[in-house]
Amino acid sequence: MKAKHQRLALAVLALVALVGAGLLAAFALQDQANYFYTPSDIVEKQPEVGQAIRLGGMVQKGSIQRADDGVTVTFTVHDGASFQPATYTGITPDLFVEGSGVVADGKLTADGLFVADTLLAKHDENYIPRELEGIDMTGNMTRTDTLVE
Amino acid sequence: MIAEAGLIALWLAASMAFLQFALCTIGLVKGQDEFFAAIRPVAIAQGVLVALSFLLLVWLFVRSDMSVKLVVANSVAIKPLIYKISGAWGNHEGSMLLWVAIMGLAGACIGIFERNLKTKTLVTTLGAQAFISIGFYAYLLIASNPFERIFPVPADGQGLNPLLQDIGLALHPPTLYIGYVGLSIAFSFAVGAMITRDVGPEFAKAMRPWVLGAWVFLTLGITAGSYWAYYELGWGGWWFWDPVENASLMPWLAATALLHSVTVLATRDGLRAWTLMLAVVAFSMSMIGTFLVRSGVLTSVHAFAVDPERGSFILALLAIYIGGAMALFALRVGTVKEGSQFEPVSREGALVANNLLLSAILGIVFIGTLYPLVVEGFSDEMISVGPPYFNLATGPLALILVAIMAAGPLLRWRRDQAKALLNRISIPVFLTAAALFALVIFTTSMSVLPLIGLALAAGIAVASFAPLWKRNLRRTPMHVYGMVLAHFGVAVALVGMASETSFTEEKLVAATPGDEIMVNDWKIKFQAIEPVAGPNWTALEARVTAQYEDEAIHEIAPQNRMFASAQMQTSEAALLTRWNGQLYVVLGDSDEQGRWQLRIWWKPFVTLIWYGGVLIALGGLLAMVGRLRRAVRQKQQRAYAEAMI
Repeated sequence: MKAKHQRLALAVLALVALVGAGLLAAFALQDQANYFYTPSDIVEKQPEVGQAIRLGGMVQKGSIQRADDGVTVTFTVHDGASFQPATYTGITPDLFVEGSGVVADGKLTADGLFVADTLLAKHDENYIPRELEGIDMTGNMTRTDTLVE
Repeated sequence: MIAEAGLIALWLAASMAFLQFALCTIGLVKGQDEFFAAIRPVAIAQGVLVALSFLLLVWLFVRSDMSVKLVVANSVAIKPLIYKISGAWGNHEGSMLLWVAIMGLAGACIGIFERNLKTKTLVTTLGAQAFISIGFYAYLLIASNPFERIFPVPADGQGLNPLLQDIGLALHPPTLYIGYVGLSIAFSFAVGAMITRDVGPEFAKAMRPWVLGAWVFLTLGITAGSYWAYYELGWGGWWFWDPVENASLMPWLAATALLHSVTVLATRDGLRAWTLMLAVVAFSMSMIGTFLVRSGVLTSVHAFAVDPERGSFILALLAIYIGGAMALFALRVGTVKEGSQFEPVSREGALVANNLLLSAILGIVFIGTLYPLVVEGFSDEMISVGPPYFNLATGPLALILVAIMAAGPLLRWRRDQAKALLNRISIPVFLTAAALFALVIFTTSMSVLPLIGLALAAGIAVASFAPLWKRNLRRTPMHVYGMVLAHFGVAVALVGMASETSFTEEKLVAATPGDEIMVNDWKIKFQAIEPVAGPNWTALEARVTAQYEDEAIHEIAPQNRMFASAQMQTSEAALLTRWNGQLYVVLGDSDEQGRWQLRIWWKPFVTLIWYGGVLIALGGLLAMVGRLRRAVRQKQQRAYAEAMI
């Protein structure tokens, strides 16, 4: 093998590796990317049962209920227009409170309940999840409200 | 006055960088050597000035000088000293100043210590280093001045994000930054070598210790960051594939590839263009990481500034530096002479495979990290890409990579026989097969990746010592020990990761004081809840006792902390470490019936993840010291030989 051939072979290999990585990434993305849904999006787009999605919105006031086992909560996420019941088992983040923003990763069940595996609340009182910016909040559930809490 | 002095030092450092760049350009164009002599002292002066500027900022934080805007926004007078100091870089402006300070010091280090590079290449390297610095000086001085005053002077500051008040986080950013910015040296070396067309073993030998040094810090920074996230966030995970974590992983992947290809260039004069490319890519990844983390395009605990103007400034810098270097590479790659040849089955062949796999993993992480931003930019859809994607796409490649890592060091340079390799590696292969067999029989429901990972780790742990086989241990060069240690560290970390993923036991309960909970072989008793207070927080603390089988009873105390200054809660997990794993307890909320949520994990061998990381870094350190010592010794021998003639 001449030096020139070797160089060509290496360049081709590098290209193959990168294209391969790109294809593998594209394939995995198709399967595993989590699309963000607001409660209205869920009504509109009807995601499939069991598909991994990310739900975001505000926790409706008066909706947080703790189950008897002490570790499961049910709550309703809304975006001013639609409402989505959700449930989560685990320790809720410190800033998971009614009237505040929440982003949850999980799946829909057949009866329309959203089962969350993880809850992301804000890290501190000034943090609004990126996905929640621009959601129109009705009534008195404004962002300042959140700050006071 | 301290703030003004700091600002003046920063301006002076910036002008030194400008001078450094001008000296290099004029000298190169005119071909006059007298300009070259001045460049070392100028680089050193720049380093000293910018370091001084940074120290003055730290001093302002230590004194809690509330007339400075940055101190007000990120500090309070009642904070412990260590967090006052770390507050200096726990914010946007301060961390950017730390970034240029390290960059300036790196240039100064080249000026002082680098003696192996040809003068012309050295001058060009320092010129390139100054050119990068100038952009970041401009960014600081124009868009984010850390020394800005505030008037009227407030009585006290607003405090530091409580999550950041932690010893791990005090040290994590500087370590990571030394790694990030250290890679700028490799970048500048590559630019210098491309301009002067001086790419060869000598160049690679000069560059290698710098790459090793940056890589050691990067490894330590990532390891520390992972441990911090593990115990501070209270989620029990050690890697979340958060964009910010990926931003530190990407330069590490590129630097790891560079580290291996530069060895081919130094030893065998092969992979010339490829090594240059990796040097450019590695620092580009550092800058992209900085952009991702600091511009606010990603919202997370790391994004201090949500300011589009700053984001576009960094983006413009990125375009200039990365685009410029890539263009230079495209122009010059044709004139870089071909290196020497090798057969596919050879040490070089294995290192090429290492490089290709690392690059592929880098590509996958890069796509997964940036894809959501691209989707958002071009459509209304919002998506997030999380652990399932990254684990699925990178996991198999990583396992192939570590398998090759076991075989590579056992191959000869240039040409080897596949049969001979199989002979040399038969024991590790047998061990892996045996481990796989045992795991399949004795464990249930292990998923595929951890299963293969654990089995491979058994083989790799042994194979990593194989390069020492039949060698005179006292005469084996230090860098070989470094490689052995680093590769063994990979096996150790792999055991930790696979074991944590597969064997963790978790229990989530609502308990009242007096309740007993069994997790694995642990008997855990919830004793009481008590209020406690720290210097700037109050907390509710759970008194918990834990007993492993029949051993002594330990007391641990997970807390929920409330910070006085920030009106926010953090959860402090309690950890109990044994040789074979960690018990991890988090306290949650209470309910009306007086029950408290407790989340308890038993994580077998989880600590090996970070011990492995430390071993890898230690291996890199040994290799670096070994290489430096050898270079010094060779130089002395040459000087001696010349003196004899």
